[in-house]
Amino acid sequence: MDIDPLIGCLLSTACIVTHATSGLIIGLLLFLVAVGLTLIFGVLKIVNFAHGAFYMLGAYFALTIVQFTDSYLLAILGAAAGTAAVGLVFERLFISQVYGRNVLMQLLVCYAFVLIFDDLVRIIWGSEFRSMGMPELFQGPPFFVAGGVVPQFYLFLIVVTLAIAAALGLALARSWLGKTVRAAAINPGMVSALGINTELLYGLVFALGGLLAGLAGALAAPVRSLTPGMGFSVLIESFIVTVIGGMGSILGALVGAILIGLIRSFGSLGFPLFTDGLMYLFMIVILVVKPTGLFGKPVT
Amino acid sequence: MHRSPTFHLDRRSFLTTAAASVTGVIASPWIARAQAKVIKIGMPTILSGRVAQLGSSSRNGLMMEVEKINAAGGLAGRQIEMIIRDSKGQPQEAARIARELINGDGCEILLDAEASSGAFAVHEVARDLGFLCIHTNSETSSLSADPKLRLANAFRLCRQGIHDSIVGGSYAASIANAKGLMKWATTSPDYAYGRDTTQQFVTYLKHFKPDIEIVSDAWPKLFAPDYTEVITKIQQAKPQAMYSCLWGGDLTSYIDQGNIYALFSQLQFFAVNMADYTALTKVKNLPKGIYSGNRYIKTFPATPQNAAWGDEYRSKYGEYPTNWSWQNAAVMHFLAAAATKANSTEGAKLADALRGLTIESPFGANGTMTIRAEDHTLIDYAIGWGTTIPTEPYVPDVKTGDWKQIAELESEWKKQSGYA
Repeated sequence: MDIDPLIGCLLSTACIVTHATSGLIIGLLLFLVAVGLTLIFGVLKIVNFAHGAFYMLGAYFALTIVQFTDSYLLAILGAAAGTAAVGLVFERLFISQVYGRNVLMQLLVCYAFVLIFDDLVRIIWGSEFRSMGMPELFQGPPFFVAGGVVPQFYLFLIVVTLAIAAALGLALARSWLGKTVRAAAINPGMVSALGINTELLYGLVFALGGLLAGLAGALAAPVRSLTPGMGFSVLIESFIVTVIGGMGSILGALVGAILIGLIRSFGSLGFPLFTDGLMYLFMIVILVVKPTGLFGKPVT
Repeated sequence: MHRSPTFHLDRRSFLTTAAASVTGVIASPWIARAQAKVIKIGMPTILSGRVAQLGSSSRNGLMMEVEKINAAGGLAGRQIEMIIRDSKGQPQEAARIARELINGDGCEILLDAEASSGAFAVHEVARDLGFLCIHTNSETSSLSADPKLRLANAFRLCRQGIHDSIVGGSYAASIANAKGLMKWATTSPDYAYGRDTTQQFVTYLKHFKPDIEIVSDAWPKLFAPDYTEVITKIQQAKPQAMYSCLWGGDLTSYIDQGNIYALFSQLQFFAVNMADYTALTKVKNLPKGIYSGNRYIKTFPATPQNAAWGDEYRSKYGEYPTNWSWQNAAVMHFLAAAATKANSTEGAKLADALRGLTIESPFGANGTMTIRAEDHTLIDYAIGWGTTIPTEPYVPDVKTGDWKQIAELESEWKKQSGYA
């Protein structure tokens, strides 16, 4: 524990800006992965252990598109569309076979596909790590806000992820599809009885989850090395986020992810050897105080 | 009356026959191995996951030389058959594979091409089974420096952290003197290699320039996806220079993420593992002027032999060799020389021949490399530091390390660490 740098930082506006920004970016990228995870659990009641694979696929799809088109925007859109399509096929062919089955069976199927997707990436893109590189647009120097450092690319990521969060929240709250999804999460039998094709709905939700994770992978690709298995590292933190925020809660995923980001960012100053421990400690405290998570609802 | 023959076995005959049979059963594999024309050599390494390049480039460097040795008649007349298995970077799996290669596959020699975590596990198998074991990739110095770990049948034929740290400390101190770099930070991976090597670098940096100050340190996890909080923490301390022994994909991620914070324009960056084609060719926006130790570049040592070896590798595999490639190639050079010297492939005789052996090598500091007899470790390999540029030759001017100085300081380090 080294509390002096943390106190020093909290007394400096520049330091607070720098670390709040870095916390926000860590959190928001996590949110994109975690929100898909929580959405799938909320509606399909599946703990999708293969979710990290969609993050990985998004990054690799983006890399390939950039190599062919030299356009990062196309890479983001293409990666999102690609992972949504993979998600839809994965749900229809495999996940749909284990609805209502033993949780262990669901976990086994998902874990099997973690390995399968990793091997496919290895076959297609190779075992060695790959690097996309920063798009030219964002290669300029960082902004300085109140003395704090805010990288151009991270500002872009913050704006994009917040826009996605807002659009997702609005769509779920206001649109017919969003309302149907929420209804299916609460009472799928009734939704089905009303003549709505729940199978299609489940497929769409899974595809949306895959799309969001793929987006996170594509957005993170310029600053992270791409390797088979890269999805697993974000998966664990995404689970922590969903547990803290409450399984099935979109708002919970957002708040949980930002809290985790801030804990990591400021924790690295005061508790450099216990940053990961701080995350788990925080999760334990939440579970003790509010077992359903910050915004989760008790299962009835 | 014709009596049918009966088989009579008395107690003495039975015991003699049984003893002979048992001896035969026990001895037969060894007899068979000694007589076999082919010599099987096993190699546990990492062929999957984030550091798969360690295994694939080790295998490539090794196989290129195995093919040449086989074409020239093999090891003391025996053709080499390599059996290479993937440990997936798990030490327990590396140890299991090592046992399987010796006991199950009939390998007579083991080339341990694991990273340090796996190497220590394989070392214990070598202690247990007594076969000739050569560590080809582990750079953790204690593996050969600690007398408790020393085995008559085990060698480490690769570069090691203490050598890099002495040369790096000396080089960094000269830059610090020239540029007035007093405030330093470190960012290294949080495992044995990262901790040991960083501590050794700082020790020798302070040895050559005692008035420097370490103002911040960061220990990201090995294979961490995100370094944002580590970068901002270091920036907060405003160091003038930073040392790192991050490597491979971790190093490239760190540079990509550091770039967007303009980190490398605010400090001088000393990254011991930068000057390896693995990292140099993968970073898309390589900042100018990173100081690095040499890993493998075909221009250092600047000899026709080294350049030819690098070109041959590239034309054969379509990519540049890595530090792991030359190390595994060098191991085969040593084995071939030892087999010729011993005129045998028997493990104990090869070990005797390897001890103190000097060979001509494209990777030697002065055209030769030696296995130091006292601790079974490689010395006199090309070692140096220089400044990187984003295009070939990547490190145009390497300052060569002084092996006399390395030996003196290493000897002192061993005494201070209780190893001598």
